[in-house]
Amino acid sequence: MALHGNLRDFTITQLLNLIILASKTGTLIVDGISEQAYISFREGKLAYVRIGKEDGSLAAVLHKANKINVNQYRAIADRAGQMTDKELGLLLVNAGYMTREDILLNLQGYFTEMVRRLFTWVEGIFRFENEMLPPGDKINIRLDLENIIIEGSRQLRELDQLQDEIPSLDMALKFTERPLTHVNLSVEEWKVVKFVDPKNTMRQIAGTNKLTEIEIRRIVYGLLQAGLVELVRPAGAPVQQNPKMFPMQGKEERKSLINKLIGRIRTI
Amino acid sequence: MQTVKMVVTGPFNAGKTQFIQSVSEIDVVATERKISSDEERSVKPATTVAMDFGRITVDGDLILYLFGTPGQKRFDFMWEILSEGMLGFIVMVDSTRPETFREARSILETFRAYAPTPFVVAANKQDIEDAWELEDMRHALRLDQETKLLPCVATNRDTVKTVLLELLYCILKDMESAK
Repeated sequence: MALHGNLRDFTITQLLNLIILASKTGTLIVDGISEQAYISFREGKLAYVRIGKEDGSLAAVLHKANKINVNQYRAIADRAGQMTDKELGLLLVNAGYMTREDILLNLQGYFTEMVRRLFTWVEGIFRFENEMLPPGDKINIRLDLENIIIEGSRQLRELDQLQDEIPSLDMALKFTERPLTHVNLSVEEWKVVKFVDPKNTMRQIAGTNKLTEIEIRRIVYGLLQAGLVELVRPAGAPVQQNPKMFPMQGKEERKSLINKLIGRIRTI
Repeated sequence: MQTVKMVVTGPFNAGKTQFIQSVSEIDVVATERKISSDEERSVKPATTVAMDFGRITVDGDLILYLFGTPGQKRFDFMWEILSEGMLGFIVMVDSTRPETFREARSILETFRAYAPTPFVVAANKQDIEDAWELEDMRHALRLDQETKLLPCVATNRDTVKTVLLELLYCILKDMESAK
């Protein structure tokens, strides 16, 4: 039976655990809301990760880790455009620029970060392809994921708690009476604060800022706790009266019904 | 025969069943079961697992049903079903158990997201010495000044009536302000 399903029923941590326990080799493909992730394994060990269209080339990873500067990154991209990551790695080691261990450590750090990002995915479809091996032209690692899974489980618990606090992202935010002076906000918080308006739902704010569900919930929770914002129903959204609410259509008839109820309850 | 409904919700042991019992003309059709968890059993021996159901007949043509939701989170799948078509809802909060305020807030937000219907918050057990002050509860529950937070004693019919009436006034106000 193929391993496939929905992240709502089977979380990323459960999936990774299963792959480790079964010492699987192949690639886990997750179709998230806006991106697709490929996570490759060899005998239950993480070998390679790619999410969406992110440049996961060795040059990009080393640049992000500040191992090469922007000019070196551009030079590599220009001159070694046709070179595979394996060839580039070999070149860097042979030139004495980096050691093999350095390269592997940086890739491990990058892939670990990718897996951490996956823990915030709570919606999506997944499947495990036994036949799809880690890409041959990329440098593969062998990383035990147990510790990262423990960390991911903690993150999921946090998400659960945040979901309790902010059950729906379809609500909007508005500022409380408290003025926004002398408040030290992080860059991420400012990005959200900029869009605080009863017309914008939290889901829209997250979409605009490319924030995941856990990220927007975490930021909003902090703002709520600090008493800077409050949750409101989105303005402009019509106050729809569910047709099932009232047995009749006319406004006056409905008002008359409510007045009847008021009259009756007063006499109880 | 026309029927309308209101929902009474809130955390475990907030007093929802008692609230409905106080005004219902029929014995509340309760779906209570013995509690399995030691911690919760120490608070009360049985809890609602599906819904409570009370009735107030207005006249020969109109009946108001009151539905009480199960308070334990594991039965929250019932909430959306019960909220369908409600005129409004009441969130019951036990004023003496601040440890439930967070959950009450979460329930309130969940129901607000289900349906844009009017609601009021009833601060139950206000007759008990340990009860929190309403203004403190307002802050703890993060309610804005426009949200009605009403003192309540679920065993006292008059306070229950006041809560129901305040919700009806909110519904009326909403209808008048709607285009």
